[in-house]
Amino acid sequence: MIRFLIHRLIFQALPTLLVLTLLSFLLVRLAPGSPFATEKELPPQTLETLNRTYGLDQPIPVQYFRYLGGLLRGDLGPSLKKPGFTVRELIGSALPVSLELGFFALLYALILGLSLGILAAVRPNGWGDAVAMSMALLGICVPSFVLGPLLALGFGLELGWLPVMGWETPADRILPVISLGSIYAAYIARLARGGMLEELSKDYIRTARAKGLSETRVILGHALRGGIQPVISFLGPAAAGLLTGAFVVEVIFNIPGMGRIIVPAAQNRDQFLVLGCVLLFGALMVLFNTLVDVVLAWLNPRIRLGKGA
Amino acid sequence: MKKKTETYSLRRDAWRRLLRNPTAIGGLVLLGLMIVACVAGPWVSPYTFEEMDLLSANTGPSSTHWFGTDELGRDLLTRTLVGGRISFAVALAATLVSLVIGVTYGGISGFMGGRVDAWMMRIVDVLYALPFTLLVILLITVFERNLILLFVAIGAVEWLTMARIVRGQVMGLRHQEFIEACQVLGYSRARILFRHILPNILGTVIIYVTLTIPSVMLLEAFLSFLGLGVQPPMSSWGSLIKDGVGAMEDFPWQMSFPGAALFVTLLALNFLGDGLRDALDPRREGES
Repeated sequence: MIRFLIHRLIFQALPTLLVLTLLSFLLVRLAPGSPFATEKELPPQTLETLNRTYGLDQPIPVQYFRYLGGLLRGDLGPSLKKPGFTVRELIGSALPVSLELGFFALLYALILGLSLGILAAVRPNGWGDAVAMSMALLGICVPSFVLGPLLALGFGLELGWLPVMGWETPADRILPVISLGSIYAAYIARLARGGMLEELSKDYIRTARAKGLSETRVILGHALRGGIQPVISFLGPAAAGLLTGAFVVEVIFNIPGMGRIIVPAAQNRDQFLVLGCVLLFGALMVLFNTLVDVVLAWLNPRIRLGKGA
Repeated sequence: MKKKTETYSLRRDAWRRLLRNPTAIGGLVLLGLMIVACVAGPWVSPYTFEEMDLLSANTGPSSTHWFGTDELGRDLLTRTLVGGRISFAVALAATLVSLVIGVTYGGISGFMGGRVDAWMMRIVDVLYALPFTLLVILLITVFERNLILLFVAIGAVEWLTMARIVRGQVMGLRHQEFIEACQVLGYSRARILFRHILPNILGTVIIYVTLTIPSVMLLEAFLSFLGLGVQPPMSSWGSLIKDGVGAMEDFPWQMSFPGAALFVTLLALNFLGDGLRDALDPRREGES
């Protein structure tokens, strides 16, 4: 297992991160137009000074390796549009909020999605299946930026049960988490149902039933291990989607997370700030994907005993 | 013309199965209506999407403005339909981009096999782990925002899964007798791949296309909602929902109608997609 993990980190995680830094850095630096271009024409001397201050007068490879060196020290560079602030300072307080939102949304999606999916697979084509899958279908068709405002309008403004602004009390977290997580709960429910159905049709399940195990043990003790593999594989893309999907929810519910940083930054074309956010999320994704691979390998020994990668 | 023998080709068989599936047909009809409305509606409408009438700003649904008006008195129905054009156009164009890249890449990778395949798939694995929505945002940050860029950026993001699926299918077909026959006949590799292998995996590709379109639509709406996609005064469903959310407390219809349009379209696409999957891949019928 340790060897598997090390192999994954060296041959998958590291190249991915390098590609990501190179790709996004080149994209930012080779794009036409100066990052300082504004409505008003700046005098050439000012531009030159700005370029020198931020080290943008160096050749691109030098800039890239300097940036990479900075990353290793945890330095994401300066913000180009908010002078005096570093990218790290700007992200610092927002990241934990977004991570918390994403974590709870994922947890909610997993609990709801797995329950619905397993329930549906136990009696396929029964009424429970029909209800669960209809809910899942509805969930897939209502994106968070529609669900969020609807929930806020219904439970917040009309009924007045739950707060619709801010990120202070536990109650503040309920509506944003539901808005963000529901669509993923729906995907997970469909994947879990498919995976469980396939697993439940295998021979070893018939054996387990034949030797008189209770249905609960057959499902939760045996079939679940194989049946949730599609769900686990989906967690990587899901986490990526949750982190970026959080931007929308943060805007709707006025939550001080990453969305409130990256969206204005993209509009102002604050390139280093957006670059920093992209790399940070990229690193998080790579870490998370590695974790998912380890869980998959643990669930299915064939993966880790296979060719290694 | 020669006499035709009565055989059921896979494609005809699939059609028959699709036509017997009421939800799939419902989805198809709904989607068709939506597209017709979005394409033809703005021509028929007495209003244009940017025509302001401040005297009748923020009015509710009525016989003159079926969906009501927005804060500048623009007709919301017309704006929703025009927004639908944008959403469908982005979805189709981006899906087409992803289709071309994905099928070509996956086809070549699966057909060549061996070392080429291993490297090509390793590249896909690496790209797969990147936060692509963010790369699109980065692209938008770096370049001036325009629609064409949005198409290309989204399409360039969505091809990876297509490539993987196509590769798997191509690998399954590569050693079949009819392909060996083509090789014996001395056909070029490109001809075998594009004329003989790819038509055989059309079914799988269609299934995946019906999955890609809604996800592309969602991505466009997501970006427009954040103000990073379609720019005013142009409208798309995402930007209309954003404007509606701002006025939600007082004028809830401004959010509901574009939201409902997006919902209905996604629902129709999902019905159709599920139906197509059951029709083209009968072995998996009933699964989700």
